[in-house]
Amino acid sequence: MGRGWGWGGDKVNRARRLTGSPFALLLALVLMALVLAPLAAVGWRGAGTSLGPADWEAVRFSVTQAVLSAAFSTLLAVPVARALARRRFPGRGVLITLMGAPFLLPAVVAVLGLLAVFGRSGLLNTGLGALGLPTVSIYGLHGVVLAHVFLNLPLATRMILQGWLAIPAERIRLAQSLGFGPSETFRHLEAPMLREVLPGVALVILVICLTSFAVVLTLGGGPAATTIELAIYQAVRFEFDLGRAAGLAGVQLAVGGGAALAAWTLTRPAGFGAGLDRDLALATPPGWRRWGDIAALTLTTLFLALPLVAVLWRGLPGLSDLPASVLPAAGRSVLVAVISALLAATVALTLALAAARRPNALLEAAATLPLATSGLVLGTGLFLLIQPVAPPMTVALPVTILVNVALSLPYLYRILLPEARALRADYGRLADSLALTGWPRLRWLILPRLARPLGFGAGIAAALSMGDLGVIALFAGERQATLPLVVSQLTGAYRMEAAASAALILVTLSFALFWAFDAGGRRAAA
Amino acid sequence: MHRHLLAAGLLTIATPALAETPVLTVLTYDSFTSEWGPGPAVEQAFEATCACDLRFVPAGDGAALLARVQLEGAASEADVVLGLDTSLTAAATATGLFAPHGKTPALNLPVEFADPNFLPFDWGWFAFVHDKTKVAEPPKNFEALAASDLKIVIQDPRSSTPGLGLLLWVKAAYGDRAPEIWQGLADNIVTVTPGWSEAYGLFLEGEADMVLSYTTSPAYHLLAESDDGKAAALFDEGHYLQIEVAGKLAATDQPQLADQFLDFMLTDAFQSVIPQTNWMYPAVTPAAGLPEGFDAFRPAKSLLLSPDEAQAARDAALAEWQTALAR
Repeated sequence: MGRGWGWGGDKVNRARRLTGSPFALLLALVLMALVLAPLAAVGWRGAGTSLGPADWEAVRFSVTQAVLSAAFSTLLAVPVARALARRRFPGRGVLITLMGAPFLLPAVVAVLGLLAVFGRSGLLNTGLGALGLPTVSIYGLHGVVLAHVFLNLPLATRMILQGWLAIPAERIRLAQSLGFGPSETFRHLEAPMLREVLPGVALVILVICLTSFAVVLTLGGGPAATTIELAIYQAVRFEFDLGRAAGLAGVQLAVGGGAALAAWTLTRPAGFGAGLDRDLALATPPGWRRWGDIAALTLTTLFLALPLVAVLWRGLPGLSDLPASVLPAAGRSVLVAVISALLAATVALTLALAAARRPNALLEAAATLPLATSGLVLGTGLFLLIQPVAPPMTVALPVTILVNVALSLPYLYRILLPEARALRADYGRLADSLALTGWPRLRWLILPRLARPLGFGAGIAAALSMGDLGVIALFAGERQATLPLVVSQLTGAYRMEAAASAALILVTLSFALFWAFDAGGRRAAA
Repeated sequence: MHRHLLAAGLLTIATPALAETPVLTVLTYDSFTSEWGPGPAVEQAFEATCACDLRFVPAGDGAALLARVQLEGAASEADVVLGLDTSLTAAATATGLFAPHGKTPALNLPVEFADPNFLPFDWGWFAFVHDKTKVAEPPKNFEALAASDLKIVIQDPRSSTPGLGLLLWVKAAYGDRAPEIWQGLADNIVTVTPGWSEAYGLFLEGEADMVLSYTTSPAYHLLAESDDGKAAALFDEGHYLQIEVAGKLAATDQPQLADQFLDFMLTDAFQSVIPQTNWMYPAVTPAAGLPEGFDAFRPAKSLLLSPDEAQAARDAALAEWQTALAR
């Protein structure tokens, strides 16, 4: 109601809505089934559900840290994205690309990188000590939020930056010729864009942080920092109380679903209309705003780069002495990642185009719920479902790909949706009146105009698929280990130096895949 | 036509599999099967004697292993499960999925050990490991540790077997005084990690003075890295034991081969691989003795709750732990 979908009345559109949607709806249903069927299988094997006070305490803590992490990541990303959008400086492209890196780090690697800067014997405390100042501790709720901001601020920045770049040059020129100052520009151009983009960004980050496990536990400092995912771990592994595990996973899904609903209600399309794709930079206000932009970019670069340098530094010494299993594992991981990314991009594009045509709660839920699923329950449930049919080891890689597609889809969908909506609003009627449908429409309109977000999203999906470990652990046979599994095996056998090097290879490969997709998308768009 | 080709193809694949030597499937934890773990050497040695194909299936860590056995139930392809410890064996026995082994081997364990379903293959003492140059005077017991300003990293008993071991250690040593000990330790604990590797990694990065690990950890640094700077603090209240065991599944289709493997497990060929791949004490000391460094830190007193006691104590001990540390 009153959502401003002014284009939605004519017959052509209605006809397309009917013919175009069933496939997307079917995909959405398959996704929902992929998320819910394992949960049901786990719950069914368990005997009833009763959550104790400790479980609700875990729910409370999970939600608190996730809300704080999402709020800080999103709000801090706004000035950074704006500075990137309106300033031109050497190294800007490199900085934007590097923004992908922290997000791609496996949690444990990221934590060790952060500790090299913020830990008890890290740079910060060494510096404070040298100056005779009291040291600070990273352990506790603030440390968890810091780590989540480190991991997610770059993702938020990239997503918001896409929003800034999507403001048509004509609107900017109009604003300039009307003599808009920075505050009027904000009110009339930037605020509506943020209103469209921010809820989705905050939602994705909130839900990622909700299911975060190793970061929260390692930096949380003690049992006060207990998350739902840890409670699920305990229920499955030490108590084999599958009913409780399913109950907890259900609560986690409900919280994620509630957040998705809230974000959906808050999102407003900006409605800028189409432009002619002329290149026109935003105004670059001088004075304190210039210094503000410089400060935002410098601080962010330092905050993101120092831990990354530490990861690099730790990984280099062991590179020459890596165990032989690293290479085939790396090959397997890259294969899984590329297939997962291509599949995820296809599915996400289908869903985003359908959702842009007509907002639909089912599509929205199907594209968000996978984020909020518990990795352990998903893996356990799939195991229960598959075991009667085939030996789980024989389907390890297909299952991993399937799960990667489901888990990376939400990011892709969020990245594509605003642009798919704008595309629909700006070119939908023209394309309809030209009877540009089917493959030609995809080839000549959709793919060229969405290449940039598609490349970025597929890059994210590929990198995420490289790092995903949760599910393969249950299915992997003797010779099917992926790179993350090898890293975890190395750390489990004292070989921290080799593990750091294998992790460096993992991060480098993830980043290379991300870069290849992202740059491919930008090139295709240019 | 195509279908016939497909069938023919499948047959050619299937035939050698049918004629193949019998397969013994051993479900174990990840690090046992990795190329630097005991798995490859054990596989080679056993296959040389059994005229069979030994396959290790990795399944996470010790706790994940039991969950996996329960998930698979009687339909499991596994014949032997290797890598549970004595804080899990009561729960494992209660599943009814394991068969008695009927053996009474001679063992070199610091305590009496006999379990109708499970045979030990290695063991170790939990201990706080530190760097000798940084901690000159290590504490002699938990009370001294609590009174010191040393910083420690421990593992979460809800997700890790060493974490659970520490919980039972404090319980076995202090009984009803356990909550008091935990309250005293609260300001020493830097953080609680999900597993052993995170904790040990933090310790090596200098985030803590001591880490909960094993008395054999310094031997790793000595033998693999030629670094004799690490030491284990010996506590006078005794050290809790982790005894790692293997058991035969009742539903196995290779009962004889499984028995043969359990016998082989306690021979030199298996046991001599353990110290420098699993970094634990072998359950039967090999003829060649123990490697250098394994005698450096031997506690005078060993603590161990029986599997039933451990099972019974766990929930209350966990609640005490959570209350004491949730400041």
